[in-house]
Amino acid sequence: MTNSWTDIKNTDLVVIMGGNAAEAHPCGFKWVTEAKAKRGAKLIVVDPRFTRSASVADYYAPIRPGTDIAWLMGVIRWCIENDKVQWDYVKNYTNATYLVNEDFGWEDGLFTGYDPETRNYDQSSWEYQIGEDGFVRTDPTLQDPHCVWNLLKAHVDVYTPEFVENVCGTPKDRYLKICEMIGETSAPDKVMTSMYALGWTQHSKGSQNIRGMAMLQLLLGNIGLAGGGMNALRGHSNIQGLTDVGLMSNLIPGYLAIPRESETDYATYMSTRGNKPLFPNQMSYLQNYGKFMVSFMKAMWGDKATAENGWGYDWLPKLDIAQYDALRMFDMMANGQVNLYFCQGFNPLLAFPNRAKMTEAFGKLKLLVVMDPLETETAAFWENHGIYNDVDPAQIQTEVLELPTTCFAEDDGATVNSGRWLQWHWKGATPPGEAKTDTWIMANVFQRLRKLYAEEGGKAPEPILNLAWDYADPEEPTAEELARELNGRAIGPVHDPADPAKVLVEPGKQLSGFGQLRDDGSTMAGCWIYTGCWTEDGNMMARRDNSDPGDMGTFQNWSFSWPANRRVLYNRASCDLSGKPWDPTRKLIEWDGQKWAGFDVPDIAVTAKPGEVGPFIMTPEGTGRFFSRRLMRDGPFPSHMEPFESPVENPLNPAMRGNPVARMFEGDLAQLGDRSEFPFVATSYRLTEHFHYWTKHNRVNAVLQPEFFVEISEELAAERGIAKGDRVRVWSKRGQVWAKALVTRRIRPLICDGKPVHVVGIPIHWGFKGAARKGFGSNTLGPFVGDANIETPEFKAYLVNIERAEGEVMA
Amino acid sequence: MTIDLSRRGFLALAGTGVATTTLGAMGFGAAEAAEAAHVRPFKLVATTETRNICTYCSVACGIIMYSKGDLAAGETAELLHIEGDADHPTNRGTLCPKGAALKDYVRAETRLTRPRYRAPGADRFQDIGWDEALDKIARALKDDRDANLIEKNDKGTTVNRWTTTGYLAASATTNETAWLTYKTVRAMGIVGFDNQARV
Ligand code: SF4
Repeated sequence: MTNSWTDIKNTDLVVIMGGNAAEAHPCGFKWVTEAKAKRGAKLIVVDPRFTRSASVADYYAPIRPGTDIAWLMGVIRWCIENDKVQWDYVKNYTNATYLVNEDFGWEDGLFTGYDPETRNYDQSSWEYQIGEDGFVRTDPTLQDPHCVWNLLKAHVDVYTPEFVENVCGTPKDRYLKICEMIGETSAPDKVMTSMYALGWTQHSKGSQNIRGMAMLQLLLGNIGLAGGGMNALRGHSNIQGLTDVGLMSNLIPGYLAIPRESETDYATYMSTRGNKPLFPNQMSYLQNYGKFMVSFMKAMWGDKATAENGWGYDWLPKLDIAQYDALRMFDMMANGQVNLYFCQGFNPLLAFPNRAKMTEAFGKLKLLVVMDPLETETAAFWENHGIYNDVDPAQIQTEVLELPTTCFAEDDGATVNSGRWLQWHWKGATPPGEAKTDTWIMANVFQRLRKLYAEEGGKAPEPILNLAWDYADPEEPTAEELARELNGRAIGPVHDPADPAKVLVEPGKQLSGFGQLRDDGSTMAGCWIYTGCWTEDGNMMARRDNSDPGDMGTFQNWSFSWPANRRVLYNRASCDLSGKPWDPTRKLIEWDGQKWAGFDVPDIAVTAKPGEVGPFIMTPEGTGRFFSRRLMRDGPFPSHMEPFESPVENPLNPAMRGNPVARMFEGDLAQLGDRSEFPFVATSYRLTEHFHYWTKHNRVNAVLQPEFFVEISEELAAERGIAKGDRVRVWSKRGQVWAKALVTRRIRPLICDGKPVHVVGIPIHWGFKGAARKGFGSNTLGPFVGDANIETPEFKAYLVNIERAEGEVMA
Repeated sequence: MTIDLSRRGFLALAGTGVATTTLGAMGFGAAEAAEAAHVRPFKLVATTETRNICTYCSVACGIIMYSKGDLAAGETAELLHIEGDADHPTNRGTLCPKGAALKDYVRAETRLTRPRYRAPGADRFQDIGWDEALDKIARALKDDRDANLIEKNDKGTTVNRWTTTGYLAASATTNETAWLTYKTVRAMGIVGFDNQARV
């Protein structure tokens, strides 16, 4: 989230699209209700199903799964055509006026530079024109045909309301009504918020769905404002934190990058990370990259990381490909290229697509180690459970170790909510039996491994032997010790750059903010964006003062929010060029003549005069991007792409299947189904009574939603002769499941390309362990293909068939 | 009722640890303490209250756990009840059907209580001691790393890349667990490293 849950009360219009907050995030959805009740805010819900969010919406429209880009580009087109644009914002805070390389263009749904052989773009033309002075060229009059604004106008031109109706199945009158409601928030003192979740991410072009809405929010001037922003409703209590701390193939904590092998040394690695500003005087915050990186390396390898050895650069693994994401690892596993695999609090047998492939993959491991508070299907992938897990244990040679861990009630530490608040929690229960904390397990494994290397030698022992391990009990580092490392401390004296004689932080002291980080080895910090969370004043994450002086929902003294305790990102953009809030009744910060101040931590240097520094200081431009340059693999603008399995052809290019640059492994292409054999669109979702595959272990939740079902329309039920409560078989090219049929009016057929499209809703929550009845997960059916940029599987739009099932035994 | 004031005082101090039964330590004035004491004597006296956060979705509702026994005092603690934290700015005491049944998750019959091992081809788990399990893991890591770590690529660049072992991290563990996991996994050279955000 750019904003926070409590900030939603400040909005005028909520758009829930790509999520279902009322059911998946119920207590956060209350803030929508609050905005409706107290401000008269309106709620729009766009979803293939008439969800519970939709049931309290002011306006609802259906959409065919996987067509969000067309829908959103159509809204941008409508806003431009009807002059619903926040012009001051667009001209000054976005890259609308920038000139783009004249070679850039597009045709047949593809941008310049496409190579069908490599399924990749040559992106060299996706760039600004840079003048002789080294700064980007602009046309403030917006006349130049190559300026971003005119390219955007031309790009969205095809997405007429008729095109949208035809592709998305959203009736034109409903669509236009929503366009009008959204367009109203282009007024400087009107704000819209976007709330989305996996309904947008689980597509082969998920990142572009989100960019589509971010661009609309820039056009309307809604980013950085109270009640505005792009609000990703993260699914789990700490996937925000796990990602912040860099637990992804290609990440270093704080969204720094694991090096590629072409970056042969530290200097080469840093040479492309200068982030030189593209305008005179602009603050480009990532110019400080080296300070964050060196402080991280010092946190890893302490004294052993020196300027001479490039801060231990050789000890970091180097990537030969973009990333070894989970889908790739499971594909390698299925091909016998992985021997050992760890699952820590994660149940991939139910979470990743093409369950048969997953089972095959686990069966090729030598050793699988599962650490979890609960029994999981993954740990028991070799157990026979009839149709629910149809395997022969005797044929599976994988060794499995299942290790019992503590859960939230039994450990201390911080989790990060959607709004980036790091909230410390305390243990209040004794772990059951021999269950241990994950930190104890990791420390014990590591200590043993380190001992083996010390005693036996072996390959590349340095990164293991040299790892900093300054914990009172080496076998159980405490949450406090680890949190203090994440924050960082001075190792040597930290000097004032303006006055080198002055020492800002004495050695050994905790740092108070990432402005104190240095690239000379005098500081260490595990995760620079968390610096400030545990200072010399103590644990800021433990703060529990719920006062809210400005009544803006910023709660400055409740926990700690990254970065720098800022509650609304880009909040400089909540003020006009002169530094006055666009809406004085919703002030976050303001320029008082000398400095920025208010009810949030300013997202700009506090003394940066209005007009001199652009508000988006994390970009070298200082502005928000309609045109994303070379940052996305599938294009600098979002372009309509069909799902890989789709009931219709892509009208922009009938020959194009799915996302033209999405990765497809050998074998998975043959496992894609065709609309002739699989005529219906499947989409997965959550129920309010269940959380993933965890709550099926709870008696209460298992009673509330005991049994796996699929949801279909009355029309589809009639077409297939299915009655309410019948047992049905649903199958895709990859597998089959049996379920109870829930026949509802919440799902209606959509008319796309002149033909009805039926949607089958498949909840995700069942397996063969726990207190609920045995069932299936939707992952049995889903395709093994991910988003082109971040490899999130396409669970929200694929093809299935359905029939009434006779004779099978009920669970 | 001085709910705002008294609860706020409770909050500011309770942040450093377990909220126990000593009303004075919670910042209540004498009169308010007397008032609060007679309103809820039983719960406060008989149990330890601990502030925590719901482990499910990212709304991250504040919860109060009521346990018999005080961990801070070195006792074992049995979780008896969980309710919404009325002072939490986001949920203001409310919980959804998942959060309201959190205690069932902590005390589920299918909680794991001891390490288990499944041998090749076996149709069931057998018990294994922690020491043996940890030794087995360390040995397997060492052998596979020594056999398959790519120290240098064909251009002679040091790459320390290990692709035959992978690690999938959690979604509900703390930042602190995440950081220790990060350190150890990266120090080994593992690149097949992901968390639930990937899905
Ligand atoms: S109680 Fe419900 S809404 Fe609140 S964090 Fe837990 S799962 Fe989310």
